[in-house]
Amino acid sequence: MFYSPVPLHIPDGFLSIIVAVICWAITALVLAVAVSRTNKSLGEKQVPLMGVMAAFIFAAQMINFPVAGGTSGHLLGGALAAIVLGPWAAMLVLTAVIAVQALLFQDGGLIVMGANILNMGLITAAIGYGLYRGVVNRQRSTKLAIAGAAAWLSVMAGALATAIQLWLSGTSSLQTVVITMLGVHALIGLGEALITVAALAFIFQTRPDLLDEASASAQGSRGWILAGVLISLAVVLLSPLASASPDGLERVAEDTGFLEFAQASPFEFIPDYTVPFLGETPLSTIIAGVIGALVVLGLSILAGRSLQKKS
Amino acid sequence: MHSDAFDRYHHGHSPIHTLDPRVKVLVTIAFIVSNALLPDGAWIAFALAWVFILIANAVSGLGVIFSLKRSFIAFPFALAAITVLFSIPGEPVTSFRFLMWHFTVTDAGLLRFVSIVVRSWLSVQMAILLVAVTEFPKIIHALRHLRVPAVIAVIISFLYRYLFVLADEVMRLLRAREARSGTVAGRRAGGSIAWRAKIAGNMAGQLFLRSYERSDRVYNAMLSRGYKGELMTIHPHHFHADDWRLGLIAFICILITQAAGRLP
Repeated sequence: MFYSPVPLHIPDGFLSIIVAVICWAITALVLAVAVSRTNKSLGEKQVPLMGVMAAFIFAAQMINFPVAGGTSGHLLGGALAAIVLGPWAAMLVLTAVIAVQALLFQDGGLIVMGANILNMGLITAAIGYGLYRGVVNRQRSTKLAIAGAAAWLSVMAGALATAIQLWLSGTSSLQTVVITMLGVHALIGLGEALITVAALAFIFQTRPDLLDEASASAQGSRGWILAGVLISLAVVLLSPLASASPDGLERVAEDTGFLEFAQASPFEFIPDYTVPFLGETPLSTIIAGVIGALVVLGLSILAGRSLQKKS
Repeated sequence: MHSDAFDRYHHGHSPIHTLDPRVKVLVTIAFIVSNALLPDGAWIAFALAWVFILIANAVSGLGVIFSLKRSFIAFPFALAAITVLFSIPGEPVTSFRFLMWHFTVTDAGLLRFVSIVVRSWLSVQMAILLVAVTEFPKIIHALRHLRVPAVIAVIISFLYRYLFVLADEVMRLLRAREARSGTVAGRRAGGSIAWRAKIAGNMAGQLFLRSYERSDRVYNAMLSRGYKGELMTIHPHHFHADDWRLGLIAFICILITQAAGRLP
């Protein structure tokens, strides 16, 4: 009743295990950096703040506005969170939001949660903050305009990343999924941009000190600007390429062998589903299965360990 | 709004309710990973996995088809996979015309599409069961034990704790907007879409400020109650013999499912 799902949350089963694991690895790495940065720069006071802010993003997604014909637009909040909280804190906050959506509401899967966090939390925060950071010393109208553009681009980037993951998993054909995803989200992103700009304008008018604080506390602004601009460029360049001439992108993925790798199940590391020295018997297939499962388990434990050490 | 407005927990005393949350989280993840690893068209294995869920439902005392009833949430997303029906080369099963396009469904495409939907549908049922038989704070505690960084676990528990408070705040904002949005019959109501979006943006900004100021009060209140930067529990978790036994049985079931899906 209060909760409206966002069409970017991938459920379990729609990504191949390899794409899911690669996305988890990237997400875990970025989150490990985010955790160590926030642990260093934030006092214990900031933790309750981030927790309440996570609830804020979740609740803000319930604010909708009627568009036309019974449909309504609402906020995703990635760019807004990055601008008001700073990038690392925003990433943690968005991660918590996506985790609760998956755990409590089954909106988005568990083993594909890495991909969902990457698409809706990390990429959106990087674009939102990176582009905004570039104009943080300009006048207010420029800042608002760039924030709006960043909000729109962040939604498009999330949609494009989702589309590419679905394609690599062999769940959708590239051209169709890119065109539909980007088409739908071009409109959703427009709503996102309008709400983000209006919310920022409201905060500028009432508590400008909060925004100065957030942007002053983050270091390494050059890196963020670079990351934001690079991801935006990638979206702008890749989108027409993938939707107009998908053969090009498919060709690259095929030539590098990545397509086959991403769509295969990891058991194919073990040729023909059998352990070589046992021959082609059912037992051999079962053992091959067990070995595969253990490899995945070991990888995830290793990833968990390294994450723990870094934090 | 009551604090359990968002809660999906169904109270009970079944063996699954009392199972250590770590076991439940691990079995759920193993089950979903196992689904993702099953090859397309492994119908026997898919059926076995579903039987596993049905048994878990029955043991939990929530009713055999409890998870089934709520499992259709992921179905709209199946649209994303619909293109494989036509794009994978294979024997044509059926073809039809829609407007100006001609579609041919192939057998390989159909196999892939149904497999994707079934995998997703099985996985979501397991996740539904997990939150129905485990209190959410216990899940967070289990995640903490499973090496999720402390700061993320704490943010999640705050999110869970304050979600209903801020949802109340949103309800008040929405009600206030509703109350000020009078319409006269026969005349166009409301401004342009940009204007409506601006109003929604103002509400989001308002909500942000209220949340921000609330977090200050929350922190002060917590300090006065002895907060030291990490959440505590009065239910320390210990593995009992039952936890090992049920966990082991579940893992063996999952391995059997895998084997069934891979036998020639």
